[in-house]
Order: sequence, then C-alpha cells, then structure tokens
Amino acid sequence: MHEMGIAQELVKIAIDSIPDDIENPKVEILNLKIGKLASVVEHSLTFCFEIIAKDTPLEDARLDIDFVPVTVHCKSCNNGWELTGPVFKCPFCEDGDVEMLTGREIEITSLELAD
Amino acid sequence: MEINIQKKVLEANETQADINRQFFKKHNTFVLNMMSSPGSGKTETLCRTLGKLMPGIRVGVIVGDICTTNDADRLEVTGARVTQINTDKFGGDCHLAANLILDSAQRLGCGDLDLLIVENIGNLVCPAEFDIGEDARVVVLSVTEGEDKPLKYPLMFRVADVAILNKIDLLPYLDFDAGLAVDNMKKVHPRLPVFEISAKTEEGFEPWLEWLKINVFEKTGTGL
Repeated sequence: MHEMGIAQELVKIAIDSIPDDIENPKVEILNLKIGKLASVVEHSLTFCFEIIAKDTPLEDARLDIDFVPVTVHCKSCNNGWELTGPVFKCPFCEDGDVEMLTGREIEITSLELAD
Repeated sequence: MEINIQKKVLEANETQADINRQFFKKHNTFVLNMMSSPGSGKTETLCRTLGKLMPGIRVGVIVGDICTTNDADRLEVTGARVTQINTDKFGGDCHLAANLILDSAQRLGCGDLDLLIVENIGNLVCPAEFDIGEDARVVVLSVTEGEDKPLKYPLMFRVADVAILNKIDLLPYLDFDAGLAVDNMKKVHPRLPVFEISAKTEEGFEPWLEWLKINVFEKTGTGL
C-alpha cells in the first residue's frame, strides 16, 4: 500500500548513487534486501517501480530482492533461532523477552549498470 | 559495473523522525502514536480519554485520515487542540510519515503541550513501518474484529508498546473470545500490556489512564 513511496525512494537513492561522470547510465539490476516481516509486497513494489522508473536511468531495470528471514534472540536464555511464523515466545525457556535481529530490512544494497 | 550503495530506503523518514523526537524532547511533550484498523474506536477512545485527562494535562491531537475532518470535528468538542491531516493531497497515503508531523505539531502550538496524540490512519499494515518520532505506540483492536488479527498483522502488534482491546461492552452479543485475542497478542509480543476497555461505557478505563498519566509525567517531569 505504501509501495509507491518506497519505489520513489528507490529511484531517488539509485539515481543519487550513480557517479556524475557516467554518460547516459542505464541501470540493469537494482539489488534489494527486504525482511520477511517488512510490510512490502513484491508484486506491488515491482508494479510501482516500473511506473516511477519510466524515463529515468532505471527504466526497464529489474529488482533483484534478497528476502531476509526473521531471526530473533532470547535475552533470558541467550538462544537464537529463525521464526517460521508470527509467534515470538522463546521455545527454549518459554520467556517472552525476545528481540528481533533481522527481518525488517528495506535496503538497497547495490545497482548494476549496463556496459 | 556494480555500484555499492548499502542504504536504508526509509532513511529519509528515520532522519525526520529523529528531528521530531528532538523537538518533542526539547518541549517535554509525550507523543503517542495510536494505530488500528478502521472502525476499532480510536476516536471515541480518545474523546473519552481526553475528557478524563484535561485540563490537568494539556493535550493536542493530530488526526490522520485520507479524507474528511469528521474525526477532528468530534475531538474538538472535548476542548483539546486538534489538527487534521488529510493525505488525499499526498496521493491518499495509507499512513502518516514523519515529515507530516512536525508542521502539524507546530501549528498546534506544541510548545506548551504535555501530551500529543497522533491518531494514525486506520490501517494495520503501513503505519507500523513509519517511525514518526513518537515516545510510544498503542494499537487498538476491537471485539468486532477477529481474534486472529494479531497473528495476521504481526508487525503492528510487535512494534506496539501497549494494546487496547476495545468495545468489550459488546462481548455478551458476540462469539468473540477475548482471552484468545489477548493470547494471540502475547504470542506476537509476549510482554505487551493489554487494556480491555469499552470506550462507550468507560469500563476498564482506569488502568489505561494510569499508564498514560505515568508516561506523560515521566516525560514532563511533573508529579502525579
């Protein structure tokens, strides 16, 4: 639902990252890292990105998304594990003092320019 | 050629949220971000809450909606300072972002407010992603929704600091299992404080008001 705003930021950050001395740059791939608990729907983001990227160096670029699993750490018993569902209770000590380590990322890692 | 970037996409929002946080810290204003699905009773809960807090606590409200000033009109009756943000001119956004908050807070004359409540746009998904510089987040779930909402929208219940289960006056007429709803909230966020209330009858209001007052007084540095 807010993928349009995210697509706008993607294009802005990507364009700002291209060195000025490259003439007529054309981005082929934009590499992203998105956490599985981030509220981003892939096909909505791709759809919005295509609209925003039109007439920019990112037109026709592909979004290559690396989905990051939700990993957590129990502060009480010091165990860590990967979540497969929305239950955050520690399965080892049954405590609830569980912090999230990964899974909320919405990041651009790199872009790949055509030769 | 690959160009390394390594940048958070919502960094601009996070930077603005930090600016907002500094502003509110300077003015000793406790900021509460109130979120829920549409129709959970946020506005009625606020109307009743403001009635109990004022005039001892100076309260302002920023109300977010895609369209209409209906909620702001209802809240203004309480005597609180209220300003409405309509996001239709921003493309009908489904959430309030940090850049919309500071201007509204200044318009309210935030300098002498003890408590600023941001009634976010009704939506259990997007508002959870956007830090607005708040001190705490409250999520409201009502008993006319499903008990499994916390499991369906885990991020919202995970980022909340406190939850309200509203409309409990309707429980005798519904099949809703309040215990199961609270259990589901605790599965997602085991230490989440949950207040079971009815905004209509004000049942269960005292613990909620107490939590709010303690947080306001901690921020403003005044006594209970």
